[in-house]
Amino acid sequence: MPDNYLASYLPLLIQFLLVGAIAGGMVTLSWLIGKHKNTAAKLMPYECGMAPVGDARQRFSVKFYLVAMLFILFDVEAIFLYPWAVIFRELKMFGFWEMLIYVLVVLGGFIYVWKKGVLDWSRADSDQIVALPDRAPAGSR
Amino acid sequence: MPTWAQFVLLSAAKSVVVIIILLTAVAYAVWLERKVVGRMQNRWGPTRVGPFGLLQPLADGIKFILKEDIIPTNVYKPLYIAAPMISVALALMSIAVVPFGEQLRFGSFSTPAQITDVNVALLVLLGVTSVAVYGVALAGWSSNSKYSLLGSLRASAQMVSYEASLGLSLIGVLLLSGSLSLREIVNGQSGTYFGFLPRWNFFPQFIAFFVYLTAAFAETNRIPFDLPEAETELVAGYHTEYSSMKFAMFFMAEYTNMFTVACVGTLLFFGGWHGPALTFLPMVVQSFVPLFWFAFKIFLFLFLYIWIRGTLPRFRYDQLMAFGWKVLLPIALANIVLTSLYIGLTTP
Repeated sequence: MPDNYLASYLPLLIQFLLVGAIAGGMVTLSWLIGKHKNTAAKLMPYECGMAPVGDARQRFSVKFYLVAMLFILFDVEAIFLYPWAVIFRELKMFGFWEMLIYVLVVLGGFIYVWKKGVLDWSRADSDQIVALPDRAPAGSR
Repeated sequence: MPTWAQFVLLSAAKSVVVIIILLTAVAYAVWLERKVVGRMQNRWGPTRVGPFGLLQPLADGIKFILKEDIIPTNVYKPLYIAAPMISVALALMSIAVVPFGEQLRFGSFSTPAQITDVNVALLVLLGVTSVAVYGVALAGWSSNSKYSLLGSLRASAQMVSYEASLGLSLIGVLLLSGSLSLREIVNGQSGTYFGFLPRWNFFPQFIAFFVYLTAAFAETNRIPFDLPEAETELVAGYHTEYSSMKFAMFFMAEYTNMFTVACVGTLLFFGGWHGPALTFLPMVVQSFVPLFWFAFKIFLFLFLYIWIRGTLPRFRYDQLMAFGWKVLLPIALANIVLTSLYIGLTTP
């Protein structure tokens, strides 16, 4: 193996080209080999045998956005802890106290989010049923 | 031949061999699952194609390729076609940093049993598996069908929720081993505790392993966390609108991810390729014994997956989210604090 640090990443690039070719090949092959007999009904979105009402470009629950934001916070926290964990044996107890302060700050935010009810998916008082319009109003997307 | 050309050829050859073995293993994991779940439900599973239904994966593959490839009219075509490709490519990508054993020896030629030994292998693995959520999210959105959209929203929220716990659960292992290289993490687990217990991270880190295993089941959308394809309410979830090989590609990605998760679990918690030396075997196969132990441990992981599928019912969605955030995340944080306190106090 060449004596270069970046050379250990070259196989990752080769692997990426290979798996890209495999994925592309599978899609192309099944498109070429499979037959194509299209009818209007066959090309409709699936809806248990009846004509679908509206399309899927509608509003959905804000909870999904909140979860995505929380995920970014906690995943970044986890990634910050990785380098700390790797050199922890050199930091010893100093590293422990430093980490404890950091985790307590994060924990404070976590408790706040919990008390606010972001983590409750079906609390009776937070789950008002609001009739959504069939399509979101123009310009709201 | 110049050395760099040899290097490129060698790593390409390794990639090809590993991908072929992995895809075969994935096909037979499906066979194994159908067979084992069949026996658990007092049925036979596949029996018709070949002895014990062993040619069933091949027949399925041919069938998938020959099926009509339907692209519905109102999908967003570029992403609709890209989504299964992203899923499969990223699932096959993460195997590149996984070490399978020490050195492979063929006569005088010897090479590490790993496509590439990156010193931040664990970070590469986590990064690649994180991007995999794009395949699911884009598939559901670009399909422009309500079932697909709801399925993909659920799947994305579930995957990112459990990924936080997954990432935190691995920190306990990093504290013990002090390295992000998977090879060094495995080598740190050789030897024994008290002379008889293997020095696996599982024993001091069994809480982390519990969190990891649960989060891994949720990450791979397996029962009891298979809400993205809750067929009673969402038809098939995010791949409702997919047919033919594109449909099969999502399944290949799911089963490949099961293998990746099993590999990481084996490497981090169960000593990787370390196992009893089988000295009675001839010299020629001795260098393959670590590979055997590694494969055996992965097989046990897969069996656990199938066993749980045959045993547990599905979570309800609010239970799933509450479990991930209110139970697993605090446990993972507490494990980090306790482990680091112990190591900090005992390190001289």
